Amino acid sequence: MDPREQIRKAFLEKNPLSICGGGSKGFLNSAPLPERKLHTTGMKGVLDYEPEELFIRARAGTPLQEIEDLLHKEQQMLPFEPPHFSSTATLGGCIASGISGPARPWRGAARDYVLGCVLINGKGERLRFGGEVIKNVAGYDVSRLQCGAFGTLGLLEELSIKTLPAPEQELTLELELDQPRALERMQHWNRLPLPLSAAAWQQGKLRIRLSGTAVAVEQGRRHIGGEISSNTSYWQDLKEQRLKFFQNDKPLWRISLPRDCGPLKLPGDTLIDWGGAQRWLLSESSCQELAAIAAGAGGYVSPFHAHSPVPLAPALLRLHQRLKKAFDPAGILNPGRLFAPSP
Amino acid sequence: MPLTAELRSALESTLPKDGLILEPDMLRAYECDGLTAKRALPLAVALPQTGEQVQAVIRLCHEYRLPVVPRGAGTGLSGGAQPLSNGLVLSLARMKRILEINPDNLSARMEPGVRNLAISEAAQPYGLYYAPDPSSQIACTIGGNVAENSGGVHCLKYGLTVNNILGLKLVTAEGELLNIGGSTLDSPGYDLLALLTGSEGLLGIITEVTVKLLPLPPTAKVILAAFDSVEQAGRAVGAIISGGIIPAGLEMMDNRSLRAAEDFVHAGYPVDAAAILLCEVDGTPEEIDEQLNKVKRILRQNGCSSIRVSDSEQERTRIWAGRKAAFPAVGRISPDYYCMDGTIPRHRLPEVLSRIEAMSEQYGLTVANVFHAGDGNLHPLILYDAAKPGELAQAEKFGGDILTLCVEVGGTITGEHGVGSEKIDQMCVQFQAMELQQFHAVKDAFDETGLLNPGKAVPSLHRCAELGAMHVHNGELPFPELERF
Repeated sequence: MDPREQIRKAFLEKNPLSICGGGSKGFLNSAPLPERKLHTTGMKGVLDYEPEELFIRARAGTPLQEIEDLLHKEQQMLPFEPPHFSSTATLGGCIASGISGPARPWRGAARDYVLGCVLINGKGERLRFGGEVIKNVAGYDVSRLQCGAFGTLGLLEELSIKTLPAPEQELTLELELDQPRALERMQHWNRLPLPLSAAAWQQGKLRIRLSGTAVAVEQGRRHIGGEISSNTSYWQDLKEQRLKFFQNDKPLWRISLPRDCGPLKLPGDTLIDWGGAQRWLLSESSCQELAAIAAGAGGYVSPFHAHSPVPLAPALLRLHQRLKKAFDPAGILNPGRLFAPSP
Repeated sequence: MPLTAELRSALESTLPKDGLILEPDMLRAYECDGLTAKRALPLAVALPQTGEQVQAVIRLCHEYRLPVVPRGAGTGLSGGAQPLSNGLVLSLARMKRILEINPDNLSARMEPGVRNLAISEAAQPYGLYYAPDPSSQIACTIGGNVAENSGGVHCLKYGLTVNNILGLKLVTAEGELLNIGGSTLDSPGYDLLALLTGSEGLLGIITEVTVKLLPLPPTAKVILAAFDSVEQAGRAVGAIISGGIIPAGLEMMDNRSLRAAEDFVHAGYPVDAAAILLCEVDGTPEEIDEQLNKVKRILRQNGCSSIRVSDSEQERTRIWAGRKAAFPAVGRISPDYYCMDGTIPRHRLPEVLSRIEAMSEQYGLTVANVFHAGDGNLHPLILYDAAKPGELAQAEKFGGDILTLCVEVGGTITGEHGVGSEKIDQMCVQFQAMELQQFHAVKDAFDETGLLNPGKAVPSLHRCAELGAMHVHNGELPFPELERF
């Protein structure tokens, strides 16, 4: 059945649906979802790709790998380095979950690269927002709003994404440093015009990735020092959570922090990403305890595998519920994913 | 209907001593924004100095159902801050304190009335700056920049306002204070920062902004390249980008605008060129040299007739001065001009420019073109004389046709100036009824009673239906001399 008709029917019958793409990120914010599924994997295909115009337009069920392969052939990339978590990952899921890889502090997040979308709202209306051009301020930015909304505002059917030229050269440096000194170094380099594109610390080792022209990368290398790393897959393995750190039975937490947050006493093993702004923690501690630590440092924590509604102040939660209603008045699309439905 | 005595005294007791303007003479200063052709006198202007005062004013407006038009510096070009004769103008211009510069978090927190350029000036001692640089940056405010999602000549590489802010404090239509985002790179829940940026004051009143700062590039140079045809210049733009280079700025001017700019500021532009490109690269001196060589090679391969590279900061500033003064320069060669703001896919540029030229002949009005070439944002300036009966209406109709053309080739009716009251009718061309209805539903989720900037940015379906019917019959608006809200 055409997805628009399926949603229309669900709307009329007030019968909730859960949206399923490649299933690679189903564990994120996974509330108990309705049994009736709407599958997007049939909605495949790149519709338009013009490297010179710096955008790609594709149907949401297109495999993410297919998009990245196509860009690679033209020496372009998705600058936000979306994690796949499985070979089945789709473009739609990548945007709906809105997560970004190690380059995020320097190149921006998934939402920074969304130019437009075709959305089917909870009434089964097919709507087009944004477009293929970089500058567009006609109407509210409904396309970017879908990024990280986990399909709760509508089904993404088609997406236009901004692309960028891939860097001419890339290099990773390794420095032996303890956590406080590594954080201090990252903070210092963040403030300088260096071609940084990733910075992570783990078990006494700071890794810095430089990307740009050959000259810029070489100048950056001389400034930062350290050893050139021979491990070429580190950033891929970090992004896809294939590093040994992640092969652990303890619950995994993600903590988002200000970039100037120094060492933080966390109850468990830590991997520092995004130059200090994102920390991965393996810990049996309670959500409450970790939330207090994160809030004390000006950030927030979320469990990465288990479901828990996102922490929202009461006024913000009410606004979320009203917005959800504006797009999905019958509350049939992924109800409960992301936050509690309105009473 | 004037303010009731009761509401007036409630507003007065909420605001600082000289914070409520009621005298018609003084209200006159607020009767329009940068879109000077459209004017109205508001009932009053409120000038709060704190977020609490904003909240108190909004609560009163909500209680008394008084429409509110928020305003920053009033430099907007689309009539977004155009007053309503039955409403209040809420000016945030007095809230202009920078509250915090945090160099280690690469962020700065400030009140909405802080001028765009003042942010970079305050960040400069730390080797940092705020990237979006709209042409009006010496005057325009950060609150207005957020409301309009302002761009600038450097947004091809560094992004628009939406890509450069971290947090907002927002007073809702009911007077509730919301904290959205903050000092982290992301925040839980929906991306409200994206939704609010560019919402033109319809969803809430911004009382605080946290922006992202960037390290200042060590140095920058600009190439001035001349071309014998606009088509060639357009092709060169595409070739630079497909060559893997994202310049810090990439601008084009046609012969008419470059001549006007040259006469005005003597930037050293080649006045015989059909078009010029300004291409800026930034980075370390070595990096710049490498990039410049690449760009020069591409420009030559694409038929440029001359190349000049700035060899000092002074010369770079002079070359840019011509571009930045393009609008006032055109103002010198015509009594009035009407600045348009459409975006098109870059490769359609030659076609669009020749169709604009054809329209120009048809309307008997001259056009000068200034173009943010790198990101496809076109600013045709339509020259007219408001003293000649009917010319303003003709210029507006011509402008409307240009925007329709932008939509037709896959672009948009506004790249960075916003819809405001100016392009409200073109919204009916860009969007279908169901999409507009979705926008209204979003508005209702924030502002159920419709008190914030009513009538701007999103047209009513009724309005579009009427316009649509007219298009079918003869393609002309009824009573073009009337103001259109």
